[in-house]
Amino acid sequence: MTTLLVAEHSGSELNDATAKALSAASALGGEVHVLVAGKDCKGVAEQAAKLSGVAKVLVADGDGLGHQLAEATADLIVSMADVYDAFVAPATANGKNIMPRVAALLDVMQVSDITAVVDAETFERPIYAGNAIQTVKSIDPKKVVTVRTASFPAAEAGGSAAIEEVAAVSSDLSSFVGEKLQESDRPELTSAKVIISGGRALGSREQFQEVILPVADALGAAVGASRAAVDAGYAPNDWQVGQTGKVVAPDLYIACGISGAIQHLAGMKDSKVIVAINKDEEAPIFQVADYGLVADLFDVLPEFKAEVEKAKR
Amino acid sequence: MKILVPVKRVIDYNVKVRVKADGSGVDLANVKMSMNPFDEIAVEEAIRLKEAGKATEVVLVSVGPQQAQETLRTGLAMGADRGILVKTDALTEPLAVAKILKGIVGEEEPGLVILGKQAIDDDCNQTGQMLAALLGWAQGTFANKLDLGEGTVDVTREVDGGLQTVQLKMPAVVTTDLRLNEPRYASLPNIMKAKKKPIDEKSPDDYGVDISPRLEVVATKEPPAREAGIKVASVAELVEKLKNEAGVL
Repeated sequence: MTTLLVAEHSGSELNDATAKALSAASALGGEVHVLVAGKDCKGVAEQAAKLSGVAKVLVADGDGLGHQLAEATADLIVSMADVYDAFVAPATANGKNIMPRVAALLDVMQVSDITAVVDAETFERPIYAGNAIQTVKSIDPKKVVTVRTASFPAAEAGGSAAIEEVAAVSSDLSSFVGEKLQESDRPELTSAKVIISGGRALGSREQFQEVILPVADALGAAVGASRAAVDAGYAPNDWQVGQTGKVVAPDLYIACGISGAIQHLAGMKDSKVIVAINKDEEAPIFQVADYGLVADLFDVLPEFKAEVEKAKR
Repeated sequence: MKILVPVKRVIDYNVKVRVKADGSGVDLANVKMSMNPFDEIAVEEAIRLKEAGKATEVVLVSVGPQQAQETLRTGLAMGADRGILVKTDALTEPLAVAKILKGIVGEEEPGLVILGKQAIDDDCNQTGQMLAALLGWAQGTFANKLDLGEGTVDVTREVDGGLQTVQLKMPAVVTTDLRLNEPRYASLPNIMKAKKKPIDEKSPDDYGVDISPRLEVVATKEPPAREAGIKVASVAELVEKLKNEAGVL
């Protein structure tokens, strides 16, 4: 069998999510080809070719693929579909947008957000916000799968795959108008080793910035937020950790003033070490935390920052 | 312009889900069921467009058992005009639902279909994208804001790095994210009025759709439990443990 893995990238940089989804794609057992679709994305193809386990990289470079909008990208993937048995993408915003469109065009029921590969047609995936894990077997002749990247290790470097160009496509159904992306020097949430998250207890956007961000910088951490904090406008939407936001599994996750709603736990409970700081000692977050500190975050976070700086010296 | 809003009856988001002892699925007996929260946002958005004079009719559709009629009534009480119940007791997968919806779109000819981005039971996040594919329409997923133009709609989407705005040719499919709006509560008079609004009953066969599942459920289990750890007394102790015991600093 042969698997087509759809790369996640910014146009110039290959996203780490691709290397993680590659581990899942390789577990299917066949040869893996990586598709890099975009505009001026040949540099990304070179990065993808270096991943271990990639047999071939296909580049589709064209104006119509510039922002990887679903309509054109799905048409591109379907145009190449004949020779592939499986289609895999990381469950990023792009993967979630594009792959079900591909699946429907191929008359296949997609398997979303897999956390384990049992065999080439059987997968584990969370349902009910991670409150149950289902093992499902696809009876479709072709498989379309999106991968929860937090559940798979990144494939290592060490490959030298050939790069081939394929014909780009375009679609007049949709067009890109603009984007407002968060500029930040901090690590990206889904690939960060350390994450510090704030909840509704922060009380305001200003306090979130003043209290959480300095600690994040001392730790070299990415910043996350609970749904409550995002809904209240304390933090931007792309910081949301949870079932409907981002699912993360860093080495260290520090939850500050987060009560621990099921929705939030679903997004971070696979973290290696969890720290909870909350003044309510009954908060459910303490049931999943390795280290709990019952305290007012406004009192202890400045001290925490100072201690971290001391410990890192 | 007519707006079609598909809604799903799911376990209420406040209910603690339990896996059945035989691993065949999740226990749905005697638990509270509600409209999928993302679908409520879709209903609200459609009603707001009607109230703003940009839509003429809001039609709801639900694919599910007889009780899905209650879900339709909830949306009618919010302000939708009428409902269609495609009755089946079988569990339906997104692909089958998208095919049924395609049939309904053929009959109703809406200018916009607004759906929740995912159902909180199977967490698939597929139906809207699949419907758009089957219709050959544009899709605006994970919408944070909608802006109707002349024959187009601008959709601002919640994406990994922030927000992205795309322009879609209409008719189009839009799926809702959490921040699109805050759904209203239905008032008592509107709940009473909703009882008189029409609901058509159909079956998957009416649309010639084979709903037999493509995914076979092999097992359903509880997720591995995470053990609670220890409480530390001070920040100094916390940092000491993180550094020396956990080795993550």
